Amino acid sequence: MRTRIANPAGHTRLPRYLSGRAGRIDAVLGTLPYPDRRAAGIVSAVETAYTVRFENADVWGPDGEPGGCICADLFESYLEPRE
Amino acid sequence: MSHVHEEPHASAHESSAGAANRVKSLVAALEAASVLTERQLDEAIESFLAHAQPANGARIVARAWVDPGFRERLLADGNAAAAELGIDLAHWAPVRLRVVANGPGRHNLIVCTLCSCYPLALLGPSPTWYKSEAYRSQAVRDPRGILAEFGTHVGADVEITVWDSTAEVRYLVLPERPAGTELLSEAELEALVTRNGLIGTALV
Repeated sequence: MRTRIANPAGHTRLPRYLSGRAGRIDAVLGTLPYPDRRAAGIVSAVETAYTVRFENADVWGPDGEPGGCICADLFESYLEPRE
Repeated sequence: MSHVHEEPHASAHESSAGAANRVKSLVAALEAASVLTERQLDEAIESFLAHAQPANGARIVARAWVDPGFRERLLADGNAAAAELGIDLAHWAPVRLRVVANGPGRHNLIVCTLCSCYPLALLGPSPTWYKSEAYRSQAVRDPRGILAEFGTHVGADVEITVWDSTAEVRYLVLPERPAGTELLSEAELEALVTRNGLIGTALV
């Protein structure tokens, strides 16, 4: 999958440095409180979340630390299929 | 959020003063609405902190070092394994614990780039540096560099996984059991475990 390119005016838990990056699902976390909509006043909003693994090269390009990776817990709405 | 980006030089204490003011206003509103009293709030915080200790994290790690079955259960389901030791992680918030194991060729580092998410119940209140913009930005961009600043050097053949706590999962590093500790008791092993070892900024 890939994270969407997004710069919402409101609250989000998609870090900007992981926006528009290719990654792989490492774990399915199930349904969690969805902060983007809760911050907008929909206090019961939930969404499926995943632990997503990003290779350093896919986040930082050739300037990343070789070999390592970053994992983050991201909501379904942040993700889209990779072309 | 946006005003933070417009004022990149705002110092940390200015933003924490803003947060303190918001908390004060919120507590005043809750008191006015008879939802809670400041005294109840203080008692809840004291009760939480009385149980939120780095010793909890050390107990979990020492048990995992001496009991391979516990280690396996811990890596599969952190909350259930912690409950075996009488530690209730989800008592205050729907927190899920994921324990990530260091091993040959593998080192783990914990950060929260968006704020300061941290396994309070297992480590107590987080250190100031954990909340600093310097740590939060460098940990993902240059983990080996940030480790070096802590005096922690991992070999070139060791890959580092950085865990950015962006949702309800709280991460804890299971360090490698130090060599030469075969004869130590579980209690003696607990004493070897450091807070930074459980965040990944130090080896044990």
